[in-house]
Amino acid sequence: MSAHVTSLYPRLEPLLAQVSKPVQYIGGEVNSVTRDFETAEVRWVLMYPDAYEVGQPNQGMAILYELLNEPDWMLAERSFSIWPDLAALMRRDGLPQFTLENHLPIKAFDLVGVSFSTELGYTNLLEALDLAGIPLHSVDRGEDDPLVIAGGHAAFNPEPIADFIDAAVLGDGEEASMRISELVRAWKLSGRPGGRDGLLDQLAQRGLAYVPSRYEVSYGDDHAIAAVQARPGIPARVRKHTLMELDEWPYPAKPIVPLAETVHERYSVEIFRGCTRGCRFCQAGMITRPVRERNIQTVGKMVEAGLAATGLEEVGLLSLSSADHSEIGPITKQLAERYSDSFVSLSLPSTRVDAFNIDLAAELSRNGRRSGLTFAPEGGTERLRKVINKMVTEDDLIHTVAAAFGAGWRQVKLYFMCGLPTETDEDVVAIAGMAARVIEEGRRAAGTRDVRCTISIGGFVPKSHTPFQWAAQADPETIDRRLRLLREKVREDRRFGRAISVRYHDGKPGMIEGLLSRGDRRVGAVIERVWRSGGVMDGWSEHFSFDRWVAAAEAELTPQGVDLEWYTTRERPVTEVLPWDHLDAGLDRDWLWQDYSDAIAGAGVDDCRWSGCYDCGVCPELGTEIQIGPTGRSLLPLKVVQHSA
Amino acid sequence: MSPRRQPEQQAPPVQKLALRYAKRGRARFASHRDFGRAFERALRRAEVPMAFSSGFHPHPRISYLNASPTGAATEAEYMVVGLATEVDPAWLRDTLNSALPDGLEIMAVVDAPSGLAERLKAAHWQVSLAGADPSEVAAAVQELLAQSTHLVSRQTKAGMREFDVRPAIHSLVAVADGFEVMSAIGEPLVRPEDVVVALQDVRPGLAGNGPGLANRLAQGTWDGERVQPPF
Repeated sequence: MSAHVTSLYPRLEPLLAQVSKPVQYIGGEVNSVTRDFETAEVRWVLMYPDAYEVGQPNQGMAILYELLNEPDWMLAERSFSIWPDLAALMRRDGLPQFTLENHLPIKAFDLVGVSFSTELGYTNLLEALDLAGIPLHSVDRGEDDPLVIAGGHAAFNPEPIADFIDAAVLGDGEEASMRISELVRAWKLSGRPGGRDGLLDQLAQRGLAYVPSRYEVSYGDDHAIAAVQARPGIPARVRKHTLMELDEWPYPAKPIVPLAETVHERYSVEIFRGCTRGCRFCQAGMITRPVRERNIQTVGKMVEAGLAATGLEEVGLLSLSSADHSEIGPITKQLAERYSDSFVSLSLPSTRVDAFNIDLAAELSRNGRRSGLTFAPEGGTERLRKVINKMVTEDDLIHTVAAAFGAGWRQVKLYFMCGLPTETDEDVVAIAGMAARVIEEGRRAAGTRDVRCTISIGGFVPKSHTPFQWAAQADPETIDRRLRLLREKVREDRRFGRAISVRYHDGKPGMIEGLLSRGDRRVGAVIERVWRSGGVMDGWSEHFSFDRWVAAAEAELTPQGVDLEWYTTRERPVTEVLPWDHLDAGLDRDWLWQDYSDAIAGAGVDDCRWSGCYDCGVCPELGTEIQIGPTGRSLLPLKVVQHSA
Repeated sequence: MSPRRQPEQQAPPVQKLALRYAKRGRARFASHRDFGRAFERALRRAEVPMAFSSGFHPHPRISYLNASPTGAATEAEYMVVGLATEVDPAWLRDTLNSALPDGLEIMAVVDAPSGLAERLKAAHWQVSLAGADPSEVAAAVQELLAQSTHLVSRQTKAGMREFDVRPAIHSLVAVADGFEVMSAIGEPLVRPEDVVVALQDVRPGLAGNGPGLANRLAQGTWDGERVQPPF
């Protein structure tokens, strides 16, 4: 946190001429904010531990970037993972990890907030810290090093990276990041009482963040965790943050418009946060409760202002299950009418399988485009769908698809998972039969043989804070065998097989994701060893090395009496202390266990928005409530724009 | 259930304007496609009444001429845009400049002259070779000019390709921190980086300085002495 730093750009520029896609490193995009570093009292780096093209569209980053750049005493700059070609040149020339706004070394900032959407970004965290010249281990950092704070969904079990981060923020970041900023500001103004340790103590004591170093983990003779002991004065459990009244937080209002190409090029509005569908595999649905909607007028205002500020041509109505918004009909219909002449397209990540979605989709494609529809039955048989609480019958699916083909669609994509608890070979092979029925009914409804169905299937990874947090993950051999059986079954189908394609991911990366998702602090050494042997960009298949992870796991875990299988393919007993038990998403542990037992018994649970509370624990535990409409309102009229042409 | 609808036919443009634009500073690293997306978004933010193509995916009517390579700065890129209603060329320039990101600037807007592509047959480049010994550069320039052919190879989408840089060079002079070259825009296209490679071939001492940083100063027709811009 030295006072005088200068831009690294002049030294970086000649290197950029020698690397691929240099545009991702230049910053300067429309709506990016470049402030004076010297006069800011609190300085954040918002880092996404993957390439710019993946990280820049991240909604959480966009929200925090605007919020943290609002007060005049603060600034937030961005930093992304650097590809190996540039990283090698930077190491050669002694250039550190930099921000995109002022091209400053990230080591010069007060706080580095790292957003983890997936655990596969962990090696990229180490790579960025090393390039930055920030000690990898929290314990080795000095008074001048920034605090490294993890956020995002993976922060709900940050134990595998506990040694590398200083703190983790659980849940919604808006208020939490502002409160942390104010705390840091006050701490700096009052002469940094207690130094770095004093600040971390305050973060922990106030329940603002989880500070792993304030918790002692001990292990038993069975190698499982014996206890997690908080230091005196530190809360035994750390609660997630929940933002209420989303209408009062209309962010992002003017997100950055990337100059480089990115994975999503749209203006996205979260129409609600949280989901209570109760799909048992879905960590997002469990850790983001309760449901909190934005109303139709806020959504309309955000879309209008967002399009004007960005010039983007696509709007995404984002949530975990967008068709479940209490006003989704009026929202889509009225927005589609409003933008029907403007070449703006609307998209709805629609994953629910029912005919209502077809009407919505038809509204969204009025201009005649019928690209493809996506549904996520997730499991191939009704029995298995009951296990995961994805309550949809095969007949529902077929009716919906028939309606879609009748309405002009010619392509349907179906999402599935492989390796779900209680799954058998037959459950997976049954997907082929379902797809064949889709084609058969689709041809009839469309009146043409030219219809297609794509099966997209990947391995299931059990996650923390879900009913399946105790479940055994299927081993890669089982997953690969079932996927092979499925592909054979599709290929054998002479009548429909050629209209069906199967896209799949092999089971190996899922095994590593499983290790990182449900791992404890002992897994940190595995991550570090993988990174030291050259592992980065694990989310990219051309960079991911399963063998490297297996070798590192063997070397680091064997001396601890555990192994890769212990963390992944082993079912946990209810009595076992889980690494994240002291981290509180509001979910009642007994309810989660009951829901796991119900899953194995094939018993379903309804959505509490419509069928009453089933005591998952979140609302009473956290003092929150479901906030949904319908409000009965309509879009507000557009602002009158003065044309100067 | 509505049947598949045919896409709407879009009206032809009522006005065609030719633009010269610049890419400077950090924006030199924006590729041609990056520029295209940024430009289309600037058109939307500025609410420019563009004409659109017909089809399921209507696009604003824009045609680009002779895009410079990624990493090169330029003062002289050209494009033609089609508009749905007539606008004042000066208004278009100013409104786009307030909507474009830093480093991208519209320099001039005129009614599109006919045969614009035919008037962009040569380019004037300035290439800086940071750290290179000026006398080495001067010697390399002399040696290359003394040759009547000089083959270099470059990785293209179609694979490794070898071609002669020498016939495309109209003029080549050493300057303070590198060289300036005026070269024909033809097939195969000789880029400034190819000239750098050729200079490094004849004087291997220049090889340590990387590919250099190029800046396109002008495009136009070669009149035997200089590159004459089309407008």
